[in-house]
Amino acid sequence: MVLSQFRFVEVGRVAYISYGPDAGKLAVIVDVIDQNRALVDGPCSGVSRKQMNFKALELTSIVMKIPRGLRPGNLRKAWEKQEVQKKWDSTTWAQKIANKKKRAQLTDFDRFKLMKAKQARNRLINVEFGKLRKTVKRPAPRLRKKKSVKK
Amino acid sequence: RVPALYQMKIFAPDKCTAKSRFWYFVSQLKKMKKTQGEILQCKEMYEKHPLVIKNVGIWLRYVSRSGIHNMYREYRDLTSAGAVTQCYRDMGARHRARASTIQIIRVEEVAASKTRRPNIKQFHNSKIRFPLTHRLNRKLHKPRFTTSRPHLTF
Repeated sequence: MVLSQFRFVEVGRVAYISYGPDAGKLAVIVDVIDQNRALVDGPCSGVSRKQMNFKALELTSIVMKIPRGLRPGNLRKAWEKQEVQKKWDSTTWAQKIANKKKRAQLTDFDRFKLMKAKQARNRLINVEFGKLRKTVKRPAPRLRKKKSVKK
Repeated sequence: RVPALYQMKIFAPDKCTAKSRFWYFVSQLKKMKKTQGEILQCKEMYEKHPLVIKNVGIWLRYVSRSGIHNMYREYRDLTSAGAVTQCYRDMGARHRARASTIQIIRVEEVAASKTRRPNIKQFHNSKIRFPLTHRLNRKLHKPRFTTSRPHLTF
């Protein structure tokens, strides 16, 4: 994998916190402490400014344009101005998380509705598939040439 | 006659250990024992700016298997207490020095230009930027068995 394909830890990189008390929240890397830790802040997502190990951070594709060590008040302004929440919500990652959450909160009736919806969709797909299958010309069965044993 | 008053900055996990270490150091430095003196105050000193990253220089003295040595080490941390904790862990890892054999002489915040260690200086870059390569999969048991190889490059 080429270096340019990685997401970089840099000032302004928005990260998703994967575990710990703030799991599931977004935060910005405000400064890098050392090889393992960053100073992280998420004023609009309820993460107070703190140090976090990179192991708990999953880097997103969003990078904010902020100076190093930006104060929380100004960081909040920059977050809202650069529409970080909107950018995050439009990513597939965020949508997958939202879907998972929705699925976990389904009631039995919702699951029934889901089952019926899936059934209806699959029926439509199968009907089309059947039509396609009929139109394909069946190739003539190939005669197998038996290898003659040379005496 | 006013008795002498001494103040020390002790790095310890709790008040009890702090008082004990106070007497340990004071006896070494002055002719005073726990029975001859009295601790007037033992209070926790909090970091003035716990959200500002500092380069902390630590001067210490430790006993190795073959002698006593002085050291100067640098750490990057938000608090001096955090840096001292890092120091103890680091000394244990690199020199197998146990906490009882380490004496912290001096802890000081060092300006970035005055730091001496290259592994600290490498973080003095306003446009610091690095990837997290080869992210290990620590969830070995979730799932324990799987048919797909773990995804390590993000």
